[in-house]
Amino acid sequence: MLDRIDELRTAGEADVASATTTEELEALRVRLLGRKAELPNLLRGVSDLPPQERGAVGKAANQARQALQALIDERIATLADAELDARLVADRVDVTLPGRPEPVGGLHLITRVRREIEDVFLGLGFDVVEGPETETVHYNFDALNHASNHPARDRADTFYLAPSTRLPAVERPGDPDAEDGGSARLLRTHTSPMQIRTMERQDPPVAVIVPGRVYRPDSDATHTPQFHQVEGLWVDVDITLADLKGVLLSFARAIFGDEREIRLRPHFFPFTEPSVEVDVSCFACGGSGIRADQPGHPRCGLCKGTGWIEILGSGLVDPNVLRAVNETRGDDAYDPERVQGFAFGMGIERIAMLRHGVPDLRLLYENDLRVLEQWA
Amino acid sequence: MKVPFHWLGEHVDLAGLDPAEVARLLNLTGTELDRLHHHGVQTPDSVVVGRVLTCEKHPDADRLNVTTVDVGPRAEAPLQIVCGAPNVAAGQVVPVALVGTVMPDGLKIKKAKLRGQRSEGMICSARELGLGDDHAGILSLAEALPDAAAIAPGTPLSDVLPHADDVLEFEITPNRPDCLGIYGIAREVSAAAGATLRPAPWTRAGSPDGAGEEAGDPDPAGGTIEGFSVDVRTDRCPRFTARLFADVVVGPSPLWLQARLAAAGQRAINNVVDVTNYVMLVTGQPLHAFDADRIAGGTLVVREAADGETIDTLDDQTRALRAGELVIDDADGPTSLAAVMGGARSEVHDGTTRVLLEVAAWDGPTVHRTAQRLGLFSEAATRFAKGLAPEQAAWAQVLATRLLVELAGARRVGGTIDEGRWRTAAAPDPIVLRDERVTELLGTAVPGERQAALLTSLGFAVEEAGEGRRHVRVPPERRADVTREIDLIEEIARIGVVADLEPTLPTRRRLTAARLTPAQRARRRAEDALVGRGLQEVAGWSFTDAGAAGRLGLAEDDPRAAAVRLANPLSEDQAVLRPTILVSLLDVARHNRSRGVQDVRIFETGTVFRDQPDPRRPDMPFEHLALAALVQDDVFAAKGLLEAVLGALHVPFGVEATDQIAFLHPGRAAAVRVGDATVGLLGEVHPRVTDRWDLPRAAVFMIDLDQVLPAVPDDVPFHDVGPFPDARFDLAVVVADAVTAARVVDVARAAAGPLAEEVAVFDAYRGTGIEDGHVSLALRVRLRAADRTLTDEEIGGVRAAIVAALETEVGGTLRG
Repeated sequence: MLDRIDELRTAGEADVASATTTEELEALRVRLLGRKAELPNLLRGVSDLPPQERGAVGKAANQARQALQALIDERIATLADAELDARLVADRVDVTLPGRPEPVGGLHLITRVRREIEDVFLGLGFDVVEGPETETVHYNFDALNHASNHPARDRADTFYLAPSTRLPAVERPGDPDAEDGGSARLLRTHTSPMQIRTMERQDPPVAVIVPGRVYRPDSDATHTPQFHQVEGLWVDVDITLADLKGVLLSFARAIFGDEREIRLRPHFFPFTEPSVEVDVSCFACGGSGIRADQPGHPRCGLCKGTGWIEILGSGLVDPNVLRAVNETRGDDAYDPERVQGFAFGMGIERIAMLRHGVPDLRLLYENDLRVLEQWA
Repeated sequence: MKVPFHWLGEHVDLAGLDPAEVARLLNLTGTELDRLHHHGVQTPDSVVVGRVLTCEKHPDADRLNVTTVDVGPRAEAPLQIVCGAPNVAAGQVVPVALVGTVMPDGLKIKKAKLRGQRSEGMICSARELGLGDDHAGILSLAEALPDAAAIAPGTPLSDVLPHADDVLEFEITPNRPDCLGIYGIAREVSAAAGATLRPAPWTRAGSPDGAGEEAGDPDPAGGTIEGFSVDVRTDRCPRFTARLFADVVVGPSPLWLQARLAAAGQRAINNVVDVTNYVMLVTGQPLHAFDADRIAGGTLVVREAADGETIDTLDDQTRALRAGELVIDDADGPTSLAAVMGGARSEVHDGTTRVLLEVAAWDGPTVHRTAQRLGLFSEAATRFAKGLAPEQAAWAQVLATRLLVELAGARRVGGTIDEGRWRTAAAPDPIVLRDERVTELLGTAVPGERQAALLTSLGFAVEEAGEGRRHVRVPPERRADVTREIDLIEEIARIGVVADLEPTLPTRRRLTAARLTPAQRARRRAEDALVGRGLQEVAGWSFTDAGAAGRLGLAEDDPRAAAVRLANPLSEDQAVLRPTILVSLLDVARHNRSRGVQDVRIFETGTVFRDQPDPRRPDMPFEHLALAALVQDDVFAAKGLLEAVLGALHVPFGVEATDQIAFLHPGRAAAVRVGDATVGLLGEVHPRVTDRWDLPRAAVFMIDLDQVLPAVPDDVPFHDVGPFPDARFDLAVVVADAVTAARVVDVARAAAGPLAEEVAVFDAYRGTGIEDGHVSLALRVRLRAADRTLTDEEIGGVRAAIVAALETEVGGTLRG
């Protein structure tokens, strides 16, 4: 009996060793160890044996069964691994084929740059406020100290709204010969009216930027009849021209690179005094005016060889602006002898064009998705 | 303002300065350079004076002559030059462009053969040299220059006739009409560069012999002119001066004057008109020359026009005037649109012998309005519109008198008529300038002597008043611009401080951190949610055409059709403000489809306008910030996007079917409701509308962010999902078509009670097995208790409650 067990074990081991697939092994498991197989039946028949044989035979049969079981398990594991490897090899794909398309959305470049500018000024301590795009002559010009003959009021430079029968007559009847045709309503030409609206409803100190859409009747490669500005205003008891320079230098470095410098160029704006235009040192040529990185060292095309690029207009808030605010408020919270500050305004499109090398402003409003998706 | 460099050098010492350096210095002190260009021949040294020795007909060309021209030491022998001008002749003294000369238009003079004859240069006409319009023949210098015959051949033409110059073109800001005169620019150069300013040409010291007339002094000849009178009847003419000149010979101006005018961008007309233009370019003060014999009655009346009266202007047009506009009458009526344009009747002409020269000051805003209305921004009107100082009138009279006498043979007759009220105006008090204000505003201290020196260099008179104060008097030509202490501080800043100011950073004294408002953050979140869904943001035009509402199918009385109109649109395509953002999205979609983009998925955030009072500011049109998205898909695609946006914002919303929106599919459109308010629309765009935009189909949602953003909760409260598993089951319920999915969900949710975590429809089925007019809705129900695992009995109870409620409330029957 013990010999037979030995025989079965040896034969089984040989069968297992020669099996080459997991299926064969599963079949072997049934044949060698299944319900009808000899070895388990031997084991089941142990009780029929004489008592003195039972121990030895039972033990041997059990050992043989366990050994075969373990051998089959081990062999299956080995073969399964190999079979998986083989299957994976057969499953190979060309991973250079394209992925399944997922639409990639994106913000418009103007929004991206607007958010970037907002975030820089938030870090510099400015709140963000927004205001209406249709405005009154009062907020757009009068309160901002524009003389009655200032050219910005011309119909060639400002969109006026046609008189409307659905709207109440304007309090200020206006001169029918005036630029506004007596309607006294217009599309804001800058986001500066929010300087006034902010100071009217908020006591000093005030530190705000005003992003938003503005309108002027111009159309060429660097002008579109609508565009976007970010206005800035900081008023407190001690805000100086040097502070203006510090804030704008910080801004310019955040947007155009830490190595940038700025320069202030005196200019004229009705609502600031003194007024300065601000140039940033050219980030294409490092301010040298010459492209040392290009063959032949040509003149820098971006700054036209000057080393400087104009980015915005600014200045100290004109005392007349503060006085106009006081007049509406009916107090002297903005007494120009006690509070002072700076204001600035920049074009978002201009910053975007400079930063991203967009050659024609009109591209930004053509909304060709192939163009817009470049920045998605 | 075009400023020829050498002309500028007549008024300020430019030693050591080249045009680029002058431009740089002015650029940094407030006078912005537009461009720097060269006027005239680009190689001036190679244009020389030549003498025509011989002049023969060209053997093979009727219209050409073959000349030999002596150019002295500039050639080994006289040059043979073929010349086409009819007036060339032996013995003439002429300008010769030698071989190698680059002409104003870039043409380079080369050795050539013309019909077989050698030609070694070019004899030039005035126009070829950039000296004006005369191209009838070559420029005969003997007719143009005194003692031309005595000029040695080979002398550079520039030595005897400056004809080429660098021209600085400045952009002058509207507050600086003084810089619309070359002397004003010269003063800026002197202040910016520390260069010596020469005395003004209207002062005695600035006259050629140092003994001329001094502007501002009383006229020894008195205040009247026999036979002429001036009556100023309006305060809008603060000063009106006139002088009479007899024996005037009208003719061409001398070449040097023509050359200067040409470089400054002005055409030469005749000596009288040229003198008025020349003086205007120097002083910034426009002048007007009348033919004195055509002033009817010898009387000039300055008055305000009556509404509707007409005048014939120099450009042969009859123009209607408005009340308050300024006219000058003679005895026959209006003769001049004052400050804007002269009248045809009294214009100087070739036969004029007596000239009445008017120099006046006018009210700037009045002139501005008239020029604006008539579109007549002449050189004169541009200057007057900015408001000139009355003192400047005397400057111009003095300088023009000198030149008319010198260049037109004129003789002054009588005195200087000087009318208007300006002399009665009290001289303004000096402005007090305080040291501490300079420091406080600029953020850096400027020593008192330095302040004084800077202001003095700009023509201000500064007097020390002690205790860090100075009294400053403003020169007349700056009086309109500089009226306050801050204006003086600006002058100090721009010349002496701005260039090297040390930057500092201010401190935020509001005791809150700067950050976006909740609404601003929510707007970004909404945009980002759509970007996350693969939509591209676009930026459409705020403008559209008046027909857009019609193309959307909106009836005229639909509130959405009430577009805000512009008074002065750029074009009919941009005549109104968009009443809905849908127009922009459709435009962008069409544009991209026409360029081959197949799947347009876009959104925009922007302002839309309506011609009705805005409840927040009742005297202005209604405007609000809209967010809209368009996809080329069905209503459920658009609704999914809306759910994504409002889900991201944590704003619960509902929809209500509507067939009342003209531009939406009547069976696939809904109003979007938040709380009790309608905040937007959702649906497939009406096929008639998509057709008009050449789109196969489109679905959109649009919401009013001004209403939605305030509904965004500041914080989302914590909701415990607990450790216990949820229980899920599905139900299919058949209801009549009239019962909406929203109603079924509402009923089921109410019946499920507080254990319901989710009740949603995940499928709708019509067809086999479902009675006509009915729909089978598949509901997914998820239940959860925070504190326990739900028992089968609890779950079964909820299920039964839902089934019962559906049956009794909406007539629903369980399917299958």
